[in-house]
Amino acid sequence: MPPFLELIDLDIAYPPRMVIRATSLTLHCTGIGCLLGPSGCGKTTLLRAIAGFEPVQRGSICLEGVELSRPGWTLPPEQRRIGLMFQDLALFPHQSVADNIAFGLYGWKASERRARVSELLRLVGLTDFAQRYPHQLSGGQQQRVALARALAPRPRLLLLDEPFSSLDVTLREDLAREVRNILLREGTGGLLVSHDQFEAFAFADEIGVLHEGRLRQWDSAYNLYHRPADRFVADFIGQGVLLPGRVGNQGRVNTELGEVDGAPPAGCQAGDDVELLVRPDDVLHDDASPLQAEVAERAFRGAEFLYTLKLPSGARLLCLAPSHHNHAIGQRIGIRLDIDHWVMFRRNRAVSCVEDTALNAPD
Amino acid sequence: MEITDQAPPLSRRARGIFALARSVDRWTAALVGLAALLALPVLTVFLTALQPPGSVWRHLADTVLTDYLLNSAALMVGVGAGTLLIGVPAAWLTATCEFPGRRWFEWALLLPMAIPAYIIAYTYTGLLDFAGPLQTVLRDSFGWTRQDYAFPEIRSLPGAILMLALVLYPYVYLLARAAFLEQSATVLEVSRSLGAGPWRRFLTLTLPLARPSLIAGMSLAQMEALADYGTVQYFGISTFTTGIFRVWFGMNDPTAAAQLAALLLLFVLTLLILEQWSRRQARFHHTGQRSQRPPRLQLAGWRAGIASGACLLPLLFGFLIPAGQLLVWTWRTAPQIVDPHFLHLALNSIGLAGGAALLILLLALLLGYGQRLRPRPIVRLATRSVGLGYAAPGTVLAIGVMLPLAAIDRSVDHWARQWLDLSTGLLFSGTLFALLFAYCARFLPAALHSIEAGLTRIRPSMDDAARSLGAKPHGVLWRVHIPILRGSLLTALLLVFVDALKELPATLILRPFNFNTLAVRAFELASDERLADSASFALAIVLAGIGPVILLSRAISRPHADHAPFP
Amino acid sequence: MFKSTPFRLLSLLCLSSLLAPPVLADGEVNVYSARKEDLIKPLLDDFSKQTGIKVNLVTGKEEALLQRLQSEGVNTPADVLLTSDAGRLAAAQQAGVLQAIQSETLNRTIPAAYRDPNGYWYGLSVRARPIIYAKDRVQPGQLSTYEALADPQWKGKLCLRSSDSVYNQSLVAGMIAHHGEAKTEAWAKGLVANLARPPKGGDRDQIKAVASGECAVTLANTYYLGGMVNASDAAEQQAAAQVAVFWPDTQGSGVHVNVSGAGVTAYARQQDNAIKLLEFLASDQAQRWYAEVNNEYPVNPAIPPSATLQSWGAFKADTLNVAKLGELNAAAVKLMDRAGWK
Repeated sequence: MPPFLELIDLDIAYPPRMVIRATSLTLHCTGIGCLLGPSGCGKTTLLRAIAGFEPVQRGSICLEGVELSRPGWTLPPEQRRIGLMFQDLALFPHQSVADNIAFGLYGWKASERRARVSELLRLVGLTDFAQRYPHQLSGGQQQRVALARALAPRPRLLLLDEPFSSLDVTLREDLAREVRNILLREGTGGLLVSHDQFEAFAFADEIGVLHEGRLRQWDSAYNLYHRPADRFVADFIGQGVLLPGRVGNQGRVNTELGEVDGAPPAGCQAGDDVELLVRPDDVLHDDASPLQAEVAERAFRGAEFLYTLKLPSGARLLCLAPSHHNHAIGQRIGIRLDIDHWVMFRRNRAVSCVEDTALNAPD
Repeated sequence: MEITDQAPPLSRRARGIFALARSVDRWTAALVGLAALLALPVLTVFLTALQPPGSVWRHLADTVLTDYLLNSAALMVGVGAGTLLIGVPAAWLTATCEFPGRRWFEWALLLPMAIPAYIIAYTYTGLLDFAGPLQTVLRDSFGWTRQDYAFPEIRSLPGAILMLALVLYPYVYLLARAAFLEQSATVLEVSRSLGAGPWRRFLTLTLPLARPSLIAGMSLAQMEALADYGTVQYFGISTFTTGIFRVWFGMNDPTAAAQLAALLLLFVLTLLILEQWSRRQARFHHTGQRSQRPPRLQLAGWRAGIASGACLLPLLFGFLIPAGQLLVWTWRTAPQIVDPHFLHLALNSIGLAGGAALLILLLALLLGYGQRLRPRPIVRLATRSVGLGYAAPGTVLAIGVMLPLAAIDRSVDHWARQWLDLSTGLLFSGTLFALLFAYCARFLPAALHSIEAGLTRIRPSMDDAARSLGAKPHGVLWRVHIPILRGSLLTALLLVFVDALKELPATLILRPFNFNTLAVRAFELASDERLADSASFALAIVLAGIGPVILLSRAISRPHADHAPFP
Repeated sequence: MFKSTPFRLLSLLCLSSLLAPPVLADGEVNVYSARKEDLIKPLLDDFSKQTGIKVNLVTGKEEALLQRLQSEGVNTPADVLLTSDAGRLAAAQQAGVLQAIQSETLNRTIPAAYRDPNGYWYGLSVRARPIIYAKDRVQPGQLSTYEALADPQWKGKLCLRSSDSVYNQSLVAGMIAHHGEAKTEAWAKGLVANLARPPKGGDRDQIKAVASGECAVTLANTYYLGGMVNASDAAEQQAAAQVAVFWPDTQGSGVHVNVSGAGVTAYARQQDNAIKLLEFLASDQAQRWYAEVNNEYPVNPAIPPSATLQSWGAFKADTLNVAKLGELNAAAVKLMDRAGWK
């Protein structure tokens, strides 16, 4: 069985500018994915190419094993059966909610169309609003209408271009999860474009991180956090610091906090400088630990404190501690590292340790 | 609280009056006042019509009234359909596609607007009539006589519809193009993703979303067609407008003429109300913030040919052929016709039209914006009543201007004689003020339509946003609306300028001594059946109109011209 | 900025320039003219040159000018009303906007049929509306009277201008005056039945239609045919050469004629100048101009018509006082409505 959505070695350009380079990804059957990245990274362009609005210069786009785009040929969007949901929703202001939803049901039998519209109205909880016009609805309701409209013709894949970004953070995650459930129920694949990792985590099974037109990593949320493929992903996803270290003689890595038991990046030799990713939850507060650091900053988070700690060398660490561990700035506290998989990057910026050549990108 | 409670209780009635006075603030009062002033000519017509109907009505009902009704209705439907058929494809093509000559067509398609309708009627009659060169050549080369062949008669109802549609379609083109240019790309993209092909997109989204603009353009064209006298009279078609003049001049019954005119205006009013009602709750501005324009559709091969053709045909028949004919005539007659007065006439025409256009733009902006600021039924009604002036035949409207102004002059004069022992004579009658007033009453609707269509495309939340940022109402106007409305404002300016340049009946009746315009001279010669001699003046009107048409058309499309296709 | 003094001064200046009342200096006379500028301005210029009196002119349609005179009332700036139709002059007199004047010169030069007996208005030029026929298809012997045009022998051969034309209204009014409404209506129905095509176009268009073979006979004013004969356009000259004038009713009431004329307004301030202008327009010099430039017949019998007019021969003009035509105009229009004359 072919993969659900497959992008193979894609180049997309707005001549003369190359927007997307050499990007490949595979979204698995009925998978729900997300393209994550800062604004201007090319994620919207990639989405538009999948929808069929942008031609590709190299590579191809396949959905369920059928090629949709290749250089010189683009299947028109209206023939792709790929739904779209924009940030501005683009509801048709001159049509009622029901008419908006029925728009894609052109050619259906009237009775089937009616049934499908009421089914979707029920699905998004807007049964009582069928005859309203978009401007008479709240922002969240408009979003639901846009979703229902996109799902009505049973698209194979729904593309969502930051549709939740105008909502507040908590609502955003709730709605992302709700849409995910609706998609699963409808059996439709989904690909979300977002710059908000929590929205992405709530929505997607597989997430790709895009930066400057390249896909840095395509993976599960867990792996993006715990096994970032490069320095950019490590920095973009979650919090953390890069602690300097050096590869020792036996291929062990030494840091200010002692020797760690992870293997250095492939291709690194003894004496090379490396950096180790340390997440706040990797650093445990332990009064008994001989390892001490000074509190430089602290942020109260309710259940926990996020301490910024200063090591004797001046390097910094983040530490998440339960909030009953109340320490003042300047106080020295004991810490302990609890890491079962070390993520290391080579420090020498000219040569990469990881396959991805983009390590030298500024972060 | 307690203080007011202890104050002597006002009677219910007095409280009601206070409440009313508070609710009718200065803005509302000023708007209603201004609208009432501008609607004065139309009101005068209605007041005159209020007298009991005379015996003429019996006669009309027995003989020609059905003709008037049917012909006027046919003219309206035909010109409406014709202008849409010509104007909408041309507007859509130049707004969203790329094909050979597109940049050039963008402004050239507006040119027919500069040709007075009766002039195009005369030129085509000259060319296509039985006695004209085309039919004569046909007869001579095939040896036919009258009975041997069928040739469509140009001086007929379909002919009149064609003539009027050819010079009036630019109203639709202009407003439709502005609407198409401002349509949101994402709406169209979403519809593609929902499986809508190009035709369905055009029919279910592009057209309906442009509806306020299309209707505005079409109703302007229809109102002009209804008010047209020169063309239908020359083609021997009895309409309401010819009927008004027949009853007034031929039967010497001004009251019945006013009643006919009032009937015509009521008819138009009904249509306008029906249209408003049919929109019900639908809105036409986009909910989205992003309004990136999609890249132009690149047309090639036969598609490009059809596109160029769809733009070339109206230009050819609406402008190139009649203007060419005018040029030929001018070439022949100019040496006898053009003298130093010619320049003077041209300056009069351009100065008057330019001044009127600016004044009307200002008033239209005031009314359009006031409606937005005070969305009250009374303001709405007042503004709507101004809109009727466009459908009134120019002469009727001019009389509607003349009568109240003369009444004012008389009472001021009477007062001055009584109290100051001097005569003020005529203050307003027979002055440029009267003429400008008539222009305002007549052409304001054209500007108002365009500006209102533009205003519907501004999201109401922008007003609130600007107000919340500390902008006063007039600040919102200057800093938010005017920059956004630029295209609509320029469109309005252009429409009124060219219309005023061509204006004839009101100018003829109301102008001061020794003041002539190009349109008056062209008409005098043409109505004396000296068509060739009138050509120089008609051509000068066209030339005076071309400059602004080109300049403004460029200005209208500029904000979009250098748009990147997509970020 | 709108509150600054210069701005206020400027707006005041603009306003006052818009409102500036027409100048009423002594050496001037103000004219409302329904004759087109081209057909009167040269004469007025000559008048100014000879007398030093400046003429201020507004042209327009008769009814509109009459309406303007009426609504302006005592304050009207107009001294003279010029029209191209006697009926309208009579209407103006009835509306009370004209005054009677006494002028020996005018009474001497203008025949009584072409002026108001009390001196309210004076005819200045005469136009006739004869039958025009195609030389190659019609023998003059086939033609006799206006009435005979209703004869079935002309079925499909007659072209007419629309009944909106004041010339046709005036002609029918004349017929009513001579024959009464019933007979005239039957005649009008006969004409409509003979039409080759629905009425449309102007007088020149009727003549061209006859020349091109669309029809065989029509009615047209003499000066239109005269204009075509002397036109710069070869096609018009050619069309004019293919038709000829037939003077109907030489035994009966005569050829239908109408006059253009003028009167002094009731509230004229420059009455003397106004009378001087009227006398000038009736003078030999002006009468010759009417004849030569516009192919109208002079009202002054001493002045010969133009060479073109003379080439069509003399005719017997209808002696009906032209004021009667104005009175019957409304009846004529209604009659044509009933007869189906579009």
